[in-house]
Amino acid sequence: MTTLIDFLSALFLAGGAFFSLVGGIGLVRMPDFYTRMHGASITETLGAGLMLIGLMLLAGLTLVTVKLAMIGLLILFASPTATHALAKAALLSGLKPRLGEQHSTTEVASSKP
Amino acid sequence: MARSFTILVALLLFWLLLSGMFVPFLLAAGVGSAIAVLLFSRRMDVIGGEELPNRLHWFKLLAYGPWLIKEIILAAWDVSKRILHPKLPISPALVEFTPSQTMDAGLVIHANSITLTPGTISVEVEHGRFLVHALSSEAAASLAGSEMDRRCADMEVR
Repeated sequence: MTTLIDFLSALFLAGGAFFSLVGGIGLVRMPDFYTRMHGASITETLGAGLMLIGLMLLAGLTLVTVKLAMIGLLILFASPTATHALAKAALLSGLKPRLGEQHSTTEVASSKP
Repeated sequence: MARSFTILVALLLFWLLLSGMFVPFLLAAGVGSAIAVLLFSRRMDVIGGEELPNRLHWFKLLAYGPWLIKEIILAAWDVSKRILHPKLPISPALVEFTPSQTMDAGLVIHANSITLTPGTISVEVEHGRFLVHALSSEAAASLAGSEMDRRCADMEVR
């Protein structure tokens, strides 16, 4: 039973690490400020969420699990609020988002022989 | 006054939950902190500014949680595929639409859910007008009159 829980928690932690990495890659690859924020949102939802579940499985039915759930709840409320404030501030200060189909210029240049 | 008392009790319970130690000194520190925070928030005039959330259907709110988590996982998977795709197939769009909620609580839940779902970010939120930045035209097209919009509106007690 313990080994099963250990295995499951390792699976969730690895999944969280993977999606955090994907969010980071998105942050680097996206062309402008607004699209970069979409990359970051993967890290703060699936990345953080899967890691919290993995840690909860390790902690079992203790006060630590309740605290971890509190952290999850905090992320659920705080991160969209912060993201919204960031996006609104950017738009108000006059940063124009790039719209429409994107063909990353650096991508095209680097793919040429 | 009733609201201040509720906040005091909630703060105390929160302290006990986070500390988990029942030593006289820590209990006294908890009571002191809770009273201090209550006095600060009274001075800042932030108590009771919003409408109480008891004008929401609690069962619908509880059922909304798992549904939202499912939506977040699906959307995160979609955005992850776009990020890892060699061609980076994105088509960012700004969408303006009219949400069907009338209360502050419903609007906030809807706007927060939009931002929480990867691929869409609510940029401007007002009564009767949402401005949303979407990563793909598919995500942008699915915003107005979505199931999320309907569920958030259903939660409100009219």
